[in-house]
Amino acid sequence: MIAGMTGSKKTNAAALEKRQFVSFWVDGQLLGVPVNAVQEVLTAQHIARVPRTRREIAGLLNLRGQIVTAVDLRKSLGLPDRDSDKPYMNVVLRYQGDSYSLLVDEVGDVIEVDSASIVAVPRTLDQRWKKVTSGIIRLEGRLFIILEVTTVLGLH
Amino acid sequence: MEDDIIQGFLEESWENLAQLDTDIVAFEKNTEDDELLASVFRTIHTIKGTCGFIGLARIGAVSHAAENVLGKMRDRSIARESDAISHVLEAVDAIKELLQGIESTGEEPAIEHPELIEALECIAEGKSPSADSSASAVSAETSPLAATPEIEAKPSDGSSVVDIDANLLQNESGDIDFDALDQAINEAAARHRAKVQQEQKTIKKAAPAGEANGAPAEAAGTQNPTGGAESEKKSVSDLSIRVNVGVLDRLMNLVGELVLARNQLMQLARGDEESKYAAPLTHLNRVTTDLQEGVMKTRMQPIGHAWNKLPRLVRDLSKVTGKDIDLEMTGADTELDRTVLDAIKDPLTHMVRNSADHGLEPTAERVAAGKPEKGTIRLNAYHEGGHVIICIEDDGGGINTERVLQKAITQGLVNESDADSLSEYEIHQYIFRAGFSTAEQVSSVSGRGVGMDVVRTEIERIGGTVDLLSQRGRGTTVRIKIPLTLAIISALVVESGGQSFAIPQLGIVELVRVQAEERHRIERVHDKQVFRLRNRLLPLVHLSETLQVESGLTDESDINIVIVQVGEEQMGLIVDRVFDTEEIVVKPVGRLLKDISIYQGTTILGDGRVIMILDVSGIAAEFGSLSTSGGEHDQADGERGAEDGQTSLLVFDAGDQTTMAVPLSLVSRLEEFPQKDIEFSSNGPVVQYRGHLLPLQSVSPSGATSQRDPQPIIVFSDGRQSMGLMVDAIQDVVQEHLSIQVQSQRTGVLGTAVINGKATEVIDTQHYMIRTDPQWFRKSHAQNYRVMVVNESPFFRQLLTTSLQSQQCLVTAVDSTEDALSALEKPNAYDALILDFDQVETTAQDLIDWIRQQKNIADLPVIGLASHLDSEMQQVAQQAGCALLLEKLDMGSLNNELDRICRSRTKKRGVSA
Repeated sequence: MIAGMTGSKKTNAAALEKRQFVSFWVDGQLLGVPVNAVQEVLTAQHIARVPRTRREIAGLLNLRGQIVTAVDLRKSLGLPDRDSDKPYMNVVLRYQGDSYSLLVDEVGDVIEVDSASIVAVPRTLDQRWKKVTSGIIRLEGRLFIILEVTTVLGLH
Repeated sequence: MEDDIIQGFLEESWENLAQLDTDIVAFEKNTEDDELLASVFRTIHTIKGTCGFIGLARIGAVSHAAENVLGKMRDRSIARESDAISHVLEAVDAIKELLQGIESTGEEPAIEHPELIEALECIAEGKSPSADSSASAVSAETSPLAATPEIEAKPSDGSSVVDIDANLLQNESGDIDFDALDQAINEAAARHRAKVQQEQKTIKKAAPAGEANGAPAEAAGTQNPTGGAESEKKSVSDLSIRVNVGVLDRLMNLVGELVLARNQLMQLARGDEESKYAAPLTHLNRVTTDLQEGVMKTRMQPIGHAWNKLPRLVRDLSKVTGKDIDLEMTGADTELDRTVLDAIKDPLTHMVRNSADHGLEPTAERVAAGKPEKGTIRLNAYHEGGHVIICIEDDGGGINTERVLQKAITQGLVNESDADSLSEYEIHQYIFRAGFSTAEQVSSVSGRGVGMDVVRTEIERIGGTVDLLSQRGRGTTVRIKIPLTLAIISALVVESGGQSFAIPQLGIVELVRVQAEERHRIERVHDKQVFRLRNRLLPLVHLSETLQVESGLTDESDINIVIVQVGEEQMGLIVDRVFDTEEIVVKPVGRLLKDISIYQGTTILGDGRVIMILDVSGIAAEFGSLSTSGGEHDQADGERGAEDGQTSLLVFDAGDQTTMAVPLSLVSRLEEFPQKDIEFSSNGPVVQYRGHLLPLQSVSPSGATSQRDPQPIIVFSDGRQSMGLMVDAIQDVVQEHLSIQVQSQRTGVLGTAVINGKATEVIDTQHYMIRTDPQWFRKSHAQNYRVMVVNESPFFRQLLTTSLQSQQCLVTAVDSTEDALSALEKPNAYDALILDFDQVETTAQDLIDWIRQQKNIADLPVIGLASHLDSEMQQVAQQAGCALLLEKLDMGSLNNELDRICRSRTKKRGVSA
């Protein structure tokens, strides 16, 4: 477990509030979503393609009788496609009564940070990323990008 | 706490009021029914009592006045007459209005009803109320007819709470001392102001005595007429409970998932008879089925719930229209799923209103026609094979077929010429068209033209169908067929592009399999594939094209066509494979897929696969829009089943025992006109067609006009103008290698070809077009383009030359590339070259290469022609250096493209010069 790195000296309760994120890797980038948005994490599942959907929608999967819409993060973030023989994982999110799965390369730890260590999205960030990012956290030598669930799913 | 009380009060009041309308109307018919009156009295009293208790003064005042009248009626101290009852009904409306206000704002609206209260008080005192207030009994403000939108918008009693056992809620008489109760409640109200907690208990105690719990408590009252409040409440709650609909919906979903899990297990165990799981699985299977049925049953409600507004509606209509109307209802206990029930409420109300307003004739007319004075509207509901059938029948005048037809003609829905061939039944179907109303006057009741089309849309939305049968002078019957439930449906599973899809069984008419060797049965009319099934032409849609997936069909495979019904039309859906029908649990389409109109739901099959449920009406709508845009015209034409250079030819009798043919691609439509519609102008015969005059030409070699009735006509059109060719009979559409064997000297004939083993003359359509209008082809070109045609076939050379010459082009036609080379050596002699790509691709390539190397003519546009267009061919032509590749017989496109290319070229030249 990686501890949140905060340079802030603020001592009030709000600043010390801890927040937890489920982290995962997509094309070498560490991304995360709030832990309470995640329903479960699964290995690769059979995904039924649905013709005529947006390209980032990988299809539908049957999760114990519940139908989950799978979104391929590589496609929605404009990253190169995953090699077809490479494994992937499903990060299943619960959002407004429906379930969605984010297809990611690999799932990492749950990362806990102080809410004060979350910095706002820099203006200079690529438009495509900016739209789906809700905040950025500096971890030891790397950036941890927190995704905005609504926009990353393409719902708004 | 306060909110809870008001919420409870609203729920009960709505429920009681729904029953109240029915009861009051029933009472009006039989004013001697003391029990009914007592029931009405009790309901009003309940409302009044509760209002006083929770401080709703205005409802209290109105209900008090109404209660007084009812009380006097009960004591027979005033007459039980219609006028007084109208006022009571008006009071009920006023209460509803106030309740609605409370529901939306949480506050009692500041609407006072002094006149109404005064009128009610007058009646109670035995005086007759003032004239204007009695007139308002069915006035626009309060009449449910005029106020339908509001009333319909109001959440009905069943919207948030269902009664598990409706039978228990039937009102029965019970002797309860209302005055004593009144007092009890008033006392409670006084205490309420002091101690809220105390009141809570008081409600629970006082209310069950027929008050807060209204109808259910009264039902119990019969079992224990003089019993205490406590025991009554208990006996009711033992038998029936209120359950939130949300809980039932959740249960239904869970059962759906259980059914899926069961299906999966059954699939796994299939074929393994010896399995130790076999016995428990059978048990699980049975229990699941029972559970499914049980849960479905909890969602079932008798159709009577959708009907209880109707007696009141008919009563008021009968007052407004002055007709004597009887409403008979049978099968009110027929049960159906509440979602379905909700969906049919409004359409039903609308249809009954229709029947009463313009279905039934005025009394005088009925008497004159020898019918009973009293008109009857009959509602009947029953189960039939997994569906519920609802019939709405009236013994009125029936539909005025003439008027409907006239209206359809004025609205441009029917050609006058087609009118005679329409059956009465077909004409009646126009009633379902949007904006169609034949009512001569727009009344407050109906005639606004937003009627039956909405009814049909609503019914079809839930997978039902509407059928209408009407007999002049005898009456009209509307038959609605709806599914019992929407949650679990039967669907056909098909495959397209390697994936499975479900098509709801309800929309499927039949399945047709076309053997590979019978593929020619799939024909093309214009750019659409059609299939002739028992003399009907069905438009065909490739599911793979709609889904934009690679079809798994090859040229050798048999073709499976799923024929589906979409509204009035049928359509064939070509799928790769057809599997089985399955009972599937419909799940809504996920939010990310919602904007795709071709899906109506998602489901999980027995083997756990997730598949999409297709929405055939969405597919049809898409298909329809494709046909008008014409954007895919060329591509679609390219697939014209013209395998191996075959051409579709329309073969027809030309009279004098001559058989003639014309390439189908040149034909716009086939029509038939009765002889009486054919008029004679100075330029020859014409017929009125789609708002224009269609000039006609006879094809008969002898020139004699044939006397067929109706007259078959082949319509040719180039988008701007049309002409019709009168023929004796249309024979067939055939696929043939079109090779002209004998050139013809006769005008109007290109030559003779062997078609179906018979010598057949192929007509020159351009000849007829020019005969119709010498200016036919001149309108598009201002320039005299110089065009060279290179084609080995004399037939096509001739065809192209005639066509291009008629367009004022200067044509040089040669039959070989050698001849072309020598002719082209003269610089700037030509504006375009038209090259046949079918014959010798390599020589065509050589010729183009040569042209591109010549300094003077390197930019000469080349238009390729081929009988069979596909993407491969297009690529070859493009690589060869063709400006574009067109279909051989598509003269319209050739002319247009030639014009476009030459014009832009002349323009360019002008600039560079």
